[in-house]
Amino acid sequence: MPYLEFEGKQYEVDEEGYLQDWETWQEGMAPVMATQDGITLGGEHWDIIKFLREYFIKFQIAPPIKVLVKEIAKAMGPEKGNTKYLYELYPGGPAKQACRYAGLPKPTGCV
Amino acid sequence: MAVQPKVPKGISYPDELSKVDYKPPEKAWMDTPVVLKPNMFCWGNKEKSLKAVDFPNARAWSVADEDWKLPENWKEIFLEGIRERLDKYRTFRLFMDICVRCGACADKCHFFIGGGDPKNMPVLRAELLRSVYRKYFTGSGKALGKLAGARELNIGVLKELWYYAYQCTECRRCSLFCPYGIDTAEVTIIARELLNLLGLNIEWIAGPVANCWRTGNHMGLLPHTLRDTVEMFKADLETITGVKVDYSFNRKGAEILFVNPSGEYFDPNGNITFMGYMLLFHELGLDVTLSTYCSEGGNFGFFTSNEMAKRLHSKVYAEAKRLKVKWILGGECGHMWRVWHQYHNTWFGPVDFLEEPVSPITGTKFENAKSNKVVHICEFTSDLIKHGKIKLDPSRNDNYIVTLHDSCNVSRGMGFFEEPRYIIKNVCNNFYEMPPNTIRENTFCCGSGSGVNASENMELRLRGALPRANALKYVREKFGVNTLANICQIDRAALQTLADYWVPGVAIRGVHELVGNALIMRGEKERTTDLRGEPLLGKEGGENV
Repeated sequence: MPYLEFEGKQYEVDEEGYLQDWETWQEGMAPVMATQDGITLGGEHWDIIKFLREYFIKFQIAPPIKVLVKEIAKAMGPEKGNTKYLYELYPGGPAKQACRYAGLPKPTGCV
Repeated sequence: MAVQPKVPKGISYPDELSKVDYKPPEKAWMDTPVVLKPNMFCWGNKEKSLKAVDFPNARAWSVADEDWKLPENWKEIFLEGIRERLDKYRTFRLFMDICVRCGACADKCHFFIGGGDPKNMPVLRAELLRSVYRKYFTGSGKALGKLAGARELNIGVLKELWYYAYQCTECRRCSLFCPYGIDTAEVTIIARELLNLLGLNIEWIAGPVANCWRTGNHMGLLPHTLRDTVEMFKADLETITGVKVDYSFNRKGAEILFVNPSGEYFDPNGNITFMGYMLLFHELGLDVTLSTYCSEGGNFGFFTSNEMAKRLHSKVYAEAKRLKVKWILGGECGHMWRVWHQYHNTWFGPVDFLEEPVSPITGTKFENAKSNKVVHICEFTSDLIKHGKIKLDPSRNDNYIVTLHDSCNVSRGMGFFEEPRYIIKNVCNNFYEMPPNTIRENTFCCGSGSGVNASENMELRLRGALPRANALKYVREKFGVNTLANICQIDRAALQTLADYWVPGVAIRGVHELVGNALIMRGEKERTTDLRGEPLLGKEGGENV
């Protein structure tokens, strides 16, 4: 099984680098994962990650893109509440890449 | 018109990928060992996903590892599994024995057409298991071995069986052409059952199965998640139409229980299809309820084993009984209908505690639903249109030049061809058919069915979608088609990625999204956008134009 090295400890991840146990996530892991993708996390990235974490804790699943866009629009204004902006921040897709940095599993099923 | 293709990471460009090499390998198939190619297989299941449903030999393992950490007696388990199933399923025994290897099915499989791997010829894919069957269960195979088409079961053979069992979407196009009527999908189904005895599944199937067992749907949506999501749809619909739609969950005594694929609560294309249902039900004043206990029409158990499929399927009727509804209405899902149409009666027999479905709006008795009491939403809606019970303005879909992708399980699986077409022709002004050998019972699979719609196997999915994409490209070039309608949630989720790659510029839409756009409602405001918030044709300048 692959691992994520963080502060001298190993954390189990799946084949695509998603943390196996979302509860073991720590804030410092996100920049480590992002650096591997060549991304430097700024405040705007963190807004998304924090929203994803909060949503997950409440609902036990990552939000649908429709919800994410709406919430970001509400919090940060309509110019940011759109998929284009989210893809600029997370070129690997807000659902996939941002969820991974947030330590959350990716949703499965007919999606 | 010239939209650039979206090319997923690690995949070559369409002009490269479409150069398919059909040259067979130099050695005979038994002497050509399997190579597990990245981008062609899904990740193996997680331990917790199989444990959640008490499946045997659950453990952490990885496809890419040499050692699959099999139980010591894996061979005995596998062979005993074959023996049991030969006794239990006459179809399986028959399909193991009667193939004459005529090859009629060989070039009918989308994976073979788009990939060129001879082991994806349905005849050979089935032969992978037949050869093991012959070796251990037939006199000639035991005595003559390879001469009689028999081979030893070893770890390489097992890995090969796993690899190709998840390179078949159980779409059954091959079986349409088999002169003996062999249903090759049934061979894949049994192969997957056998592999599950050894704890060998894929996470894209095992995860949803575990979720569905625990929460009632594949996605793992909890009751408050479902309610919040539908509440959001309601707010959107009010903005677009000015109408406040009603809906309810778990309402006892409702006339109808509505069951839909849970992907519709999550996937952006599915979201809008669901919003289409909501508008329709509200406009009719239909006495219908959703359920948070049985919040899944699909059944990934069906992609695992018959037993698992039964366990998940039974929840629908448990809920129908608890809520004391009269009958069940089913949404735009693909394999849900295959389970209901071809398996339900064998598993459970006719349902005796529900009523024969009658449309409360038209009085139509759905005779075909006498036994299992479930009506397809497209049967229901086309009946409404036929009786003039809903008002429609097809010009609201004038942005769309539409074709229909027949979803395999609904079309080939249950002969359901006319209803979606009839609806589309009434809600859209522009409809064109793809070539006849690619639609109706001849339909080409989306390439992602039967639970292989993951992302790590993207090359497989793209290759499998090539035949469908070719037909789509044809109508795009000839008629300017920009919309592919369908009635399956795997289609809606999967085909967008595949169209963006092969035929960019085509949008994927559920049929009830188109219905929702066209539906004229009492008390609605003048619509300026479709249900996605995109301006209607002629209303691009906003309300002042």
